[in-house]
Amino acid sequence: MSPILEVKHLKKMFKNFTAVDDLNFTVEEGDFFSILGPSGCGKTTMLRMIAGFLEPTEGEIYIRGENMAGIPPNRRPVNMVFQNLALFPMMNVERNVAFGLEQRGVPKSEIKKRVNDMLERVGLAGYNTKKVTQLSGGQRQRVAIARSLVLEPSILLLDEPLGALDRKLREHMKIELKLLQKEIGTTFIYITHDQSEALVMSNKVAVMNHGDFEQIDTPQNLYKNPRTAFVAGFVGETNRFELAQSGHGTLETRSGWKLAKKDAKTGMHWLFIRPESVILLPDPQMKDLNRFRVTIKTILFDGANTKISGIVEGSGDEILIHLPQNAKFEGIREGDRLEAAIHPRDLRCYPKEGS
Amino acid sequence: MSSRHFRLGFIIFLTPVLLWLLTLIVIPHIDLLIASFQAENDQGKLVFSLENYRNFFTDSVYWYTFVRTAFYSILVTVITFLITFPLAFYITKIASKRLGGFLSMLLLLPFWVGELVSIYGWMILLRESGVINYILQGVGLIHKPLPLLYNDFSMVLGLVYMSMLFMVVPLISALESLDDSLIEAASDLGASKFTIFTRIVIPYAAPGITSGAIVVFMLVLGDYLSPDLLGGKNSLWFTEQIYNEFIASFNWNQGAAFGFLLLLLSTVIVWLGLRLSHQRLDKAVGA
Repeated sequence: MSPILEVKHLKKMFKNFTAVDDLNFTVEEGDFFSILGPSGCGKTTMLRMIAGFLEPTEGEIYIRGENMAGIPPNRRPVNMVFQNLALFPMMNVERNVAFGLEQRGVPKSEIKKRVNDMLERVGLAGYNTKKVTQLSGGQRQRVAIARSLVLEPSILLLDEPLGALDRKLREHMKIELKLLQKEIGTTFIYITHDQSEALVMSNKVAVMNHGDFEQIDTPQNLYKNPRTAFVAGFVGETNRFELAQSGHGTLETRSGWKLAKKDAKTGMHWLFIRPESVILLPDPQMKDLNRFRVTIKTILFDGANTKISGIVEGSGDEILIHLPQNAKFEGIREGDRLEAAIHPRDLRCYPKEGS
Repeated sequence: MSSRHFRLGFIIFLTPVLLWLLTLIVIPHIDLLIASFQAENDQGKLVFSLENYRNFFTDSVYWYTFVRTAFYSILVTVITFLITFPLAFYITKIASKRLGGFLSMLLLLPFWVGELVSIYGWMILLRESGVINYILQGVGLIHKPLPLLYNDFSMVLGLVYMSMLFMVVPLISALESLDDSLIEAASDLGASKFTIFTRIVIPYAAPGITSGAIVVFMLVLGDYLSPDLLGGKNSLWFTEQIYNEFIASFNWNQGAAFGFLLLLLSTVIVWLGLRLSHQRLDKAVGA
């Protein structure tokens, strides 16, 4: 089956600034595709080009095999959920959702039916005549999504729609959006700078930096096998060390921490270690581990996500280590010295960026 | 404690306002209202009478001026809106911030010289030996000067010119708060440019349009200088009738009656306008 969205050599220049640089990717039907990147990486520019609000400087966008060049936003088979939702304040919920259908000249009775169906689907049945200003953040969110989905677009574009919500509601909406997408089956393209949103909701994530994709992968792979230093640093929490040398089975940080890694390549510049890959109080029987001692500097208590900040004995490197909240580690205090270890496969090395 | 402080401050700030309203607006109006219902009897004494109001209904020239004033005031309001709305839209949504600010400044400029001076400016441009006729004749488009001044055209022109700022300021502030993404969202949902204008932009700006229209309408209705100086001999304006009664005929009672009729007229038209456009006065004046 041909992909629902195909982007070829897409490029966008603003005067001398290249916002999107030669992007190539495809999105399959039914995907929840996230584009994850820091602010200013060009993700919004790219989304606006797909929606038709911006003309690409170079390259083509195909939706269901059809070239979108020169087609204005009101005639593209995509709809967008805006960052600030952009609900029409002078219309009630029903009028907002009906707006798109009215533009298509759908008969009144059918509009009524489809609007009611859609409102029911997003859990807002009976809210027809409410003013959008009377709704809560989550409800407004759902109106915005309903307003787009009622048009049955090929692709729904979402521009950080959870950004304005408070944390608790955001966590809730993440799950809700994922379930809604599964139920409806529409292809979602979701842009965000929040890695947790991207990882939780999507089945494909593209990590974007400086107008280009660093990696397109499943959330699991992105986390476990980041291809570049940028991805390793941006997705998930991690410790980063600058390497003084690498190769011949060993790595050495700037401050002299030596670690064994058989397949270590020469010329590596960065070493990444995830906080949860450090084993505290390792079993002495286990083999092939890089064993070391840490002195606990501080305990950063955060429930299930508690970490300790420790100083590696010998080199003085500072490292964050995940601290499980179970009985084994209950007695740990600041200033304690602990046995720790890392498996060589959890040492991820990358060359200096741009080389 | 604090509520008492609050109340004291409230009284201090409210007193001048109430005094101003009472001494300059309420009391004179009551006085004029009483005067409007009085007329001299055969002995030259002032007695209660409906004669002033009867005169208005029996003398067709008053009627004619009254309707004419109302019609042209509405016309000027509509023309002012049609000119300033695209302007306000351009300043807020299309022009860059700097250009928008500069254009707003330009709109303010005519008010630095005062109404009288700008009216004379228009006279210099429009009169038979004026700049426009001189250029048109020089180019050879016309052979004898066009009668541009002292008619309804020049009067409406002057009134629109003087009213523009009062329309454009509320429009700009209304459109400034209109989020661009609303326009984009409408377009994304399939709306044409025309639909976006009629269903999103105009309804959004409606309170601004209403307040601009009310201010312009009242100002034009009560204007005296532009109709008098630019309108010429046949361009009667109801304020001129009031002026004539007060100053020329020394018939204050008749003038007071006309004044109240004008007040009634503006109230009725504003009320009708609000009803027809489903707007509310409190929203329009920004409460």
